[in-house]
Parts: sequence; C-alpha cells; structure tokens
Amino acid sequence: MSFDIPADRRYQESHEWTLETDGVVRVGITDFAQDELGDVVFVELPDEGDDVVRDEEFGVIESIKAVSDLYAPVSGEVVAVNEDLFDTPELVNDDPFGDGWMLEIEPAEEDELEALLTDEEYEDQIA
Amino acid sequence: MSDDRPGSTDDEGSRPEQSRYDQARYVRNGRYEPLLIEKDSTRVEIGDDSPLPEELTRDDLELPAPSEPELVRHYTRLSQMIYGIDSGPYPLGSCTMKYNPKFTEDVAALPSGLVHPDRSDESIQGTLEVLARLQEYLGRIGGMDAVTLQPPAGAAGEFVGIRVATAYHEHNGEGHRDEVIVPESAHGTNFATAALGGYDVVSLPSDEKGRVNIEALEAALSENTAALMLTNPNTLGLFERDISEIAEMVHDAGGLLYYDGANLNALLGRARPGDMGFDVMHYNVHKTFATPHGGGGPGAGPVGVVEELAPYLPEPRVRESGGGYELFSPEHSIGHVHGYQGNWLVLLKAFAYIARLGDEGLTDSSAKAVLNANYLASQIEYDVPYGPFHHEFVASAGDQDAADVAKRMLDYGVHPPTTKWPEIVPEALMTEPTEIESKETLDQLAAGFNAVAKEDDEALEAAPERTTARRIDQTSAARNPRLSWHALEEK
Repeated sequence: MSFDIPADRRYQESHEWTLETDGVVRVGITDFAQDELGDVVFVELPDEGDDVVRDEEFGVIESIKAVSDLYAPVSGEVVAVNEDLFDTPELVNDDPFGDGWMLEIEPAEEDELEALLTDEEYEDQIA
Repeated sequence: MSDDRPGSTDDEGSRPEQSRYDQARYVRNGRYEPLLIEKDSTRVEIGDDSPLPEELTRDDLELPAPSEPELVRHYTRLSQMIYGIDSGPYPLGSCTMKYNPKFTEDVAALPSGLVHPDRSDESIQGTLEVLARLQEYLGRIGGMDAVTLQPPAGAAGEFVGIRVATAYHEHNGEGHRDEVIVPESAHGTNFATAALGGYDVVSLPSDEKGRVNIEALEAALSENTAALMLTNPNTLGLFERDISEIAEMVHDAGGLLYYDGANLNALLGRARPGDMGFDVMHYNVHKTFATPHGGGGPGAGPVGVVEELAPYLPEPRVRESGGGYELFSPEHSIGHVHGYQGNWLVLLKAFAYIARLGDEGLTDSSAKAVLNANYLASQIEYDVPYGPFHHEFVASAGDQDAADVAKRMLDYGVHPPTTKWPEIVPEALMTEPTEIESKETLDQLAAGFNAVAKEDDEALEAAPERTTARRIDQTSAARNPRLSWHALEEK
C-alpha cells in the first residue's frame, strides 16, 4: 500500500506533519497515521494562546481502534486551531494533509523544523 | 458489648433489626423518604425544595406500568437477543469466560452473609472467618505468604501489587528504581499499571518460540529495574520454561517478579507462582474461580505477596486472634484501596467455589482446561503456530480478516474467540474454551471454526446475518452516540 507523503513538508517519527507558511507552522497527522488509526471519532486540541513544547503531547486523537497522543513538532504558541475537527473528525481520514489539519503554531525558535524528517526520510521510516 | 450503629444485633430495641436499618437509611435531611413501593403510585411528585438547578429537574416522571407477564416477556426477549455463557460456548482467550455455578449465588444470597460492614469485629466473626480462610486458600494456591482481599478488580490488583513493590523499594532506600519491564505480548493492563504507578515501561521482545527472550531480558535489567511483570503460561498459552533462571536474573538485579494471575487456571493444583520465584501476584477470581465477570460491576482482584512484602499490603487484613478473628493494619501499609474488606459477596462466591472443588477438584479443573484447549486446537483447520500450549492457544486466520471470522462465527451459533491479539500471530484467533465444556460442545465449536475457514471474503464481510443485530457501525456509534431511548425517537 502506498501513502501520500507531500514533499513540501517536514515529518516527525510520531507521524505528525508540519508545513511552514510565513513563519507559522501548520500541524496535522500523516496519511499513514490516519490509515493505521482507522476511522477517527474524536480529536482533542489545545486552545489558541496555549504554549506547546516540542516532543510533548499537545492533544489526543481517538479512533474506533485506539486512543493516541499527539506530539508537538516544534515549541511555540498556538495561534489557530481547526475547530471543524470537533464536529467532523472524519476530516482527518478524508483529507489528512488538507482540511484535516489540527494546529498552527508560531515557533519560539527558528530552526527547530530543520531537525524533523524530510519526506524521503519519513518514507523510509514507514516502509 | 455496646454498639449503637445501624443493624447491630445486640440492640435491645423492640424493632426488628432490618427495619431499624432501613429506616436509618432512608431518612434524609431529617425527613423520611419512603421507598417507591411504599408510595403505592406510579407517579413521583418532586417537591419545590430540590437542590438541583431548575433546568435539570422535571415536574413528574411517567413510569411504565406493565403487567407481570409483559415484564417477564420483556426481559426474556432481551436475554434472547444476546449471547452469553448461558447460551453456548464462549471461548474468548485471555478473558476466561467460565460458567458461573449457580450454587455460589445461593451461598451469596444466604441472609447470614448480608451483614453491614460497619459492625464490630465481635459481631461478624463468621464473615471474618470466611475472609481469613479465603486469604489462606489463595496463599496456598499461589504459594504466597500473605494475601489482601481488598482490590476490587484484577487491574486494581495489579496496581496494588505495583504500589506494594514501590513501597518496598522506597523503604529499603531503593526508591530510584523507576523502570518496570513488561513483555510485548503482555496484557495491556500490565503496561497501564506500570505507567500509572509512575514507572517507565521497558517493553521486552519475545524469542522466536514465543517465550521471554533471555538475552533481551539481560539487556533490559539494571539497577533501575523495579519489577518484571509476567504471566505464566504466557499470552500464547506457553509455559515459560526458563522461569527459575528469569527469577534469579530479576532478583540479582534487585528487582521484584510480578505474576499476572490471568492464566492461573492453567496451573491450579500443579504449579505455584511462589515456587517459581514470583514475589507478588494478583488473582482474577472471575477467571480462576468462576465468579461473574464484572461488566463494570463489583469484582475482586486479591493480591498475594511473599513475607518480605507483607508489611506493605493494604489495610484492613484479617487474622486469627485469641480463638477468633480480627481486622488489622499491616505495619507499613499502603493504606485503603477500596471500601471496607473488599467486595465481600464476590469474595464469598470465590470462597464457595474453592471450598466446593477442593484440592482434587481444582487440580481436575486445570487438567480439563488444558485438555479442552488442546483437543479443540486439534479439531480446527486454522494453523496454530506456537506450542505446546496449555489452557489457550492462538490460531491464525491466515488470509482471512480475524474480525470478520469472528462475526461470521456468530452465524454458526457459537461465540468467536478473542481476535487480532496478541499481535505476534497475524490475524490472531485467541481461543480458550475453559474446563467447563464437554467434547460434544467442543466439536460444535470446532464445526463453527471450520465452516468459516472455508468461506470467501464476501460471506465474511456480510456477516453476521443470523443475529438479532447485524454488523454494528462502530464509527457512527462513536461519532454520534445515542445513549438513551429518547434518541430512538429522533431518527
């Protein structure tokens, strides 16, 4: 089975993706992750203005199979939350890299994204 | 004796004991609140003095008033819509769905067993004797020196066991030990227990034969090891043959060896965790001693320990004293983990079961549990990759989806095994018929397995077709839960 792994993003071993636009980092989970989880039924996210810390939990995702923690790829302040997921968590399954996004973070430090996996490295990880 | 608590037998008042107790119970805020049956009405009037917010209260409640036959038919119909151990074989591996002998219900319903736990030790000597003897029975069965009956479930027993281990290490100046080792095929509760106990969980891979990998264990052990949690026979039903060596390795590293009692029914009367070198264990009375599975209701998960750990057990425990019995608190007790002495009526059922079977009966039950699993495995067409196994085995559904196989087995009138776990076997069908089934029933079960084994994906995906409810839409149920009958009217 092959999964989408867009080349314009950086990835975490724990299957979150990041996409930086104008200094703001958008975060979601990968196609592979949503497929492993199965139908997502609940997503718990922080509030706008909360601080998240790199490699620490920022939320919880629940599917019919499992409950998993979500890990922050960078440290910083949450500037936007995808509230659509509260009523329609299936967006994570239907469009993990698009409408299924979860957070936007204003990073506290500049170069944290560099440490994340490239699309090729992530592909090797899930192969 | 002087005791003015409700229900005391030495009360000299003219009222019978029971009514005095009832009355004390239903007087609230200085006002006697009659029982519904005493109100002789199907309508309940709610007064204006309710402390609840107005939007959460209602003026009255229409209660249904069916006739007796309507009521009997309602519940009979509900019982026919489901499948339980009273309907047929129920081979959920690891869960050990034993039949609950009805005589234990009779014992638990004896009026002399229904005493209020606040009564004085002197007035409940019979109850305390049963508890003391159960502690002794369990200690003897597990090879443990001391037992607490307080934990209200198996998982709660695990937590207590780990708390006792923590207290032991801290008391010995070894509080720095912050790791608990758990085999990757262990019951999920073991990981959760270790994490909830504040430990880092070190996952231990299996060897190619499905047992503890000794080299990996050697590498995992350190001066930070607080305990290794094991079940034996393990999740694949395999006996850990190196258990003596494993115990020595863990003890040499300064750790404790924890026994998960989930599979104790395979060993009853034949081998004892204490003799294998385990230091602390829990007993699943619903699995090993056939008390009802909780289903969220009251359960019991007693914990046994070796002598060195006895001072840390929860309070109260029961002991003999001056020709009678008394409650006492162990010297360095971790405290209460449940109300009173634990879930008494469940413990009483376990006591009745053990007393009725005796040494001979318990030994016979483990023989039959192992024989039944091995006979069933020999009769089914699915491959069983690991052996020799004891009371349960893990077959592989091969190219079929194990969850679909389970649904389809329902169509053949038998309950399926546990599926998709442990992950060490692909498309796992984890099967435990238990000692209660006859050869005829095992043949019926095997016929169910084998009929499904021959079917194609289309038939499997459409299953179940012959049950009251068809395949449940788990996703909709989770995303849009309907938790009250009112939801049925919404459509």
